[in-house]
Amino acid sequence: MTDSITIVVNGEERTVAPESSLLDLLGVLELDPRAVVVELNREIVRRPALGDTALSSGDRIELVHFVGGG
Amino acid sequence: MADQPFVIGGREFRSRLMVGTGKYADNETMVRAIEASGAEVVTVAVRRVDLDRTKEEGMLHHLDPETVFLLANTAGCYTADDAIRYARLAREAGFNEFIKLEVIGDEETLLPDVDGLLRAARVLVDEGFQVMAYTNEDLITALRLEDAGCAAIMPLASPIGSGLGLINPYTVRTIKRRLSQPVIVDAGVGTASDACVTMEQGVDGILMNTAIAQAQDPVAMASAMGHAVEAGRLAYLAGRMPRREIAVPSSPTTGMLD
Repeated sequence: MTDSITIVVNGEERTVAPESSLLDLLGVLELDPRAVVVELNREIVRRPALGDTALSSGDRIELVHFVGGG
Repeated sequence: MADQPFVIGGREFRSRLMVGTGKYADNETMVRAIEASGAEVVTVAVRRVDLDRTKEEGMLHHLDPETVFLLANTAGCYTADDAIRYARLAREAGFNEFIKLEVIGDEETLLPDVDGLLRAARVLVDEGFQVMAYTNEDLITALRLEDAGCAAIMPLASPIGSGLGLINPYTVRTIKRRLSQPVIVDAGVGTASDACVTMEQGVDGILMNTAIAQAQDPVAMASAMGHAVEAGRLAYLAGRMPRREIAVPSSPTTGMLD
């Protein structure tokens, strides 16, 4: 059992504890789950499922929100 | 003068002016400009959260979705697949089913890739989106977008961010005449007279960003744009006098002194 797994969040490698969920990741990043939309390996994960979705080594996560635009 | 309600995708909006939220010097100015414009529909882009918090916070820190209608865009997408991906992410944010669909075909001009646009529009309409499609001022593409089920067709006045104004009033007028769905001119307006002339063509509304955000005084320009859109709309409804190549006196030609 390793003590961490490596994932890619918004294009940057990060390590998280094994068996972390997406909700745990948002907690570590101090992000409000209501203020971001989460994509895991190009599939959207809806808010109610964030706590039940476990991270695996090599997962690619995108965290997006609304910014200024025309 | 009584006007028709301004309805897109079954939803009625109070202002025919829609504004963007990009390129403002600061967020306080943006919020004040939006208020001054009277716009209800406000566009936003979908981007990665900045995990280092070195850049600005998300728009929802500044805009209240209860008071403005957030219209997400797919700006920056160069393929139909990318635009579809961004649209799905935007909808997941949970505000509405509307998407301002952009599929860009060229970096220098930011002109749309109409083939990719049509493909993305068909997929998103099938998925229940209310698609507002940013497109060329080309009638055939506009008709195809309408056939694809788009909720609004958004021909450009001139390229995004150019401020060149309405380059081709004839084609925009033709699109408006031939389509049943709302026609909203998106991009290219530079100042209030551009907005007024555009509305005088009979289009249903205008979406603009840079003309307000990059004005010397964005809040004052936002107010000017609000008035210009209303003035142009009223002038269109009023019906202008015919153009004449000769002068016609306004005062009586009779009753003159000997």
